[in-house]
Amino acid sequence: MKLTLKVWRQKNSKAKGELESYQVEASEHMSFLEMMDVLNEQLIVEKKSPIAFDHDCREGICGSCSMTINGSPHGPQSGTTTCQLHMRKFKDGDTIVVEPWRSSVFPVIKDLTVDRGAFDRIIQSGGYISVNTGQAPDGNAIPIEKDLASNAFDAAACIGCGACVAACPNGSAMLFTAAKVSHLNQLPQGKVEQTRRTASMVAQMDKEGFGMCSNVGACEAECPKEISIEHIARMNREYVASIFGGRKS
Amino acid sequence: MNLDSKIPAGALGDKWTDYKATMPLVAPNNKRRLDVIVIGTGLAGASAAATMGELGYNVKAFTFHDSPRRAHSIAAQGGINAAKNYQNDGDSVYRLFYDTIKGGDYRSREANVHRLAEVSADIIDQCVAQGVPFAREYGGLLENRSFGGVQVSRTFYARGQTGQQLLIGAYSALSRQISTGKVTMYNRHEMMDLVMVDGKARGIIARNLLTGELERHSAHCVVLATGGYGNVFYLSTNAMGSNVTAAWRAVKKGALMANPCFTQIHPTCIPVSGDYQSKLTLMSESLRNDGRVWVPKKKEDAVAIREGKKTALDIAEGDRDYYLERRYPAFGNLVPRDVASRAAKVACDQGNGVAPTGLAVFLDFASAIQRYGKSAAHSQGLDESDQALIKKLGEQVVEEKYGNLFEMYEKISGENPYKFPMKIYPAVHYTMGGLWVDYNLQTNVEGLFALGECNFSDHGANRLGASALMQGLADGYFVIPYTIGTFLSKEIRTPEIANDSPEFIKAEKETADRINRLANSNGSQSVESFHRRLGKIMWEYCGMSRNADGLTKGRKMVRELRDEFYKDVFVPGDADEYNPELEKALRVADFMEHGELMILDALDRAESCGGHFREEYVTEDGEAKRNDADFTYVSAWEWDDNDPKLHKEELVFDNVELKTRSYK
Ligand SMILES: Cc1cc2nc3c(=O)[nH]c(=O)nc-3n(C[C@H](O)[C@H](O)[C@H](O)COP(=O)(O)OP(=O)(O)OC[C@H]3O[C@@H](n4cnc5c(N)ncnc54)[C@H](O)[C@@H]3O)c2cc1C
Ligand code: SF4
Ligand code: FES
Repeated sequence: MKLTLKVWRQKNSKAKGELESYQVEASEHMSFLEMMDVLNEQLIVEKKSPIAFDHDCREGICGSCSMTINGSPHGPQSGTTTCQLHMRKFKDGDTIVVEPWRSSVFPVIKDLTVDRGAFDRIIQSGGYISVNTGQAPDGNAIPIEKDLASNAFDAAACIGCGACVAACPNGSAMLFTAAKVSHLNQLPQGKVEQTRRTASMVAQMDKEGFGMCSNVGACEAECPKEISIEHIARMNREYVASIFGGRKS
Repeated sequence: MNLDSKIPAGALGDKWTDYKATMPLVAPNNKRRLDVIVIGTGLAGASAAATMGELGYNVKAFTFHDSPRRAHSIAAQGGINAAKNYQNDGDSVYRLFYDTIKGGDYRSREANVHRLAEVSADIIDQCVAQGVPFAREYGGLLENRSFGGVQVSRTFYARGQTGQQLLIGAYSALSRQISTGKVTMYNRHEMMDLVMVDGKARGIIARNLLTGELERHSAHCVVLATGGYGNVFYLSTNAMGSNVTAAWRAVKKGALMANPCFTQIHPTCIPVSGDYQSKLTLMSESLRNDGRVWVPKKKEDAVAIREGKKTALDIAEGDRDYYLERRYPAFGNLVPRDVASRAAKVACDQGNGVAPTGLAVFLDFASAIQRYGKSAAHSQGLDESDQALIKKLGEQVVEEKYGNLFEMYEKISGENPYKFPMKIYPAVHYTMGGLWVDYNLQTNVEGLFALGECNFSDHGANRLGASALMQGLADGYFVIPYTIGTFLSKEIRTPEIANDSPEFIKAEKETADRINRLANSNGSQSVESFHRRLGKIMWEYCGMSRNADGLTKGRKMVRELRDEFYKDVFVPGDADEYNPELEKALRVADFMEHGELMILDALDRAESCGGHFREEYVTEDGEAKRNDADFTYVSAWEWDDNDPKLHKEELVFDNVELKTRSYK
């Protein structure tokens, strides 16, 4: 298949970027990133600068890949990261626009690579259970109800990719933050610190400059791990409780 | 060179306990004055950095990723072993120890493996306390499943994302230490060289990948946890960034590389489909519980399938060769990984492979669907003769068990595995070889330690499923925090190490020269194209089966390729900017040398064992033939560009009798 790609090129964080057009010949069996590899190989042979993009596992789990494809983070297929998207989702002759995540909190490093360090700092502000190595009781000491464990798991499935932020018209990081809060706060081990955790992670999120959540729901729609916005509602309840000093479960 | 493995005296089961009771300690006020560098923040590195931070050491941790959470460990699917015996099925520390030694085909060290089995239970406790959402039963207790090569259920898992959940646990512990200031985290920093001062590892040269700047970081000791080198084959199930550079730089400073030829080829991966392909995808080992592996008996049928004139469904039952069941009636489709992989290769080499490339076999769930469907119809009191109903019910059961894997298969291959059998082929997956370490996980270089997949220590010639995660976390949470004290207790009077000594300046200069040589090389071929060619040579001559002629030829070809690489590679962009192509070029350069060492090691080891299969050393019925009399040793290589030198650590088995593995 013959494709026209319009790709965001930006030399570094300070440079002004723009879309550049390329022609590329792809096979429908390629993944989107393999198609980008083919284009890069072409550019290198022509001694031009290849397109920089983050990627690593290419299995939809590391959260590195981060392309906005025709306006939607990770492209047209729901529940799918860029690396798992295959070219059979496109048609011969298509024009595809490829841009980086758009968020003022994720500045562009080069081309399609952005800096998502803010997510690490949100986790550092409280996205953990304070237990030193060697302090743990037996793994079966606290039975955890299967459904509860499963709900916590649904939240823990977040891969920290940032598509939720890129999808949100307000650039909010609520889905990412709520997923971590919800994962830990639901589990008995995580309850001890839940009030402090919720308050400080929300505070860090605000400090980083992410936007407010106005319940648009675009995050959930674009999230490759289909994390539900119900986790946001849960976090909001706990946040209110944390402000009023309650210790709600 | 004297390779002292420093195995403590005493009975196997007492060694670790006695060691901990008598080892030298470092007092808290002294820990505060000692600096530790940790390279790599996958399972091994993140757990080590977090734990040493908790203990009070000043830790500086480095990863080339943009966040510790992205390490290759994240991709592990199946699970993690531990000798908890929660299932009451007769598991024990000894049994886990024994299975690991046997699975590794008797090429690992008893004392290290026993310690691994001992601490395995603590890992599960620690991870649960961190909030890792392991699978649970209705009673709320932890659930287990079984993996290949063992007869108990000791694998803990978290849906198909065990690696992710464990890594997020270690990352959260690490994040907590970062927030307290005990660990300083350097993301997007790649270790380019090891710095030695007075014969001890005292720091590193790192490249800030965003700016290209070189940085000098000093410490009292250096811990490498930089993962495996499977990507020397270009195509593997490893993440794209996995590489050998940190370990190889250590080798160039005198560390020994142990058993480099021991590579694990995983039998169930999605086959190669085209030249553009960048990596291979693993289909979990758990599928072999229910999938039957076969190829057509007749070559004409195989050819027709390859040409798209027939499908698997056109092949009558009697014309199918379920070759694992035929050759290994006792274990059938559940033989260990090395055996299953080789059998697939044999079937395809004989011309019976089924993908257009000829390199694929079927993994068929039709029998399982029938079996589950009938049993579901029976238990629900439905019509057991209604074929359509049986199929539907059976598919539901299979979907519950393997739904996410089937979906992943379909996304990649475009084929519906409920309708047509999956096509699979072996692929490079894990490297048992790695830096030589003693019982303290210290390399032969004083002050340099190695953890996780980047050391050689526990898996011998073949790793059992779900044991890599166990080893990474054992090393990081429960071993290095103790054993590092044996070195650091002698360093309490050593002041902060300066990073402007002549040794650091020289190492920085050498690194800059190495980078500039590649950055300025204005040839005509891409880095990727060299990497791909290297991978082809390694796969062809040092892959699933090896022989002396091929290895000799392969070594020559790798050397020629290396020369061509330096003459004709083209690296776009500059050294002083964010430049992913340059990063790749530096890694491929190191793969070229390391690949050659793998070949030499495979040549030296004139026996077949575990994942290392030498065509000259087979039994009459084509099975691997080990040679215990001559090869019960760890090969530890000292690099020299012309003539690498082999050192041997003889393996002593006091507790286990060496036997031929049989799965027939
Ligand atoms: C697809 C797949 C599935 C698997 N499934 C299982 C399973 O179910 N069970 C199991 O037990 N095992 C499994 N394994 C194996 C297991 O995942 C790995 O062996 C293990 O995670 C390795 O962990 P590690 O911490 O040693 O290294 P890694 O996780 O590879 O981490 C390496 C770290 O080092 C850093 N690094 C490397 N070089 C440098 C450098 N020069 N400078 C700075 N940083 C550097 C990286 O950034 C990274 O942080 C699987 C492997 C694959 C490929
Ligand atoms: S919530 Fe979803 S979109 Fe947001 S970071 Fe997590 S996985 Fe990505
Ligand atoms: S590259 Fe890892 S999720 Fe896409």
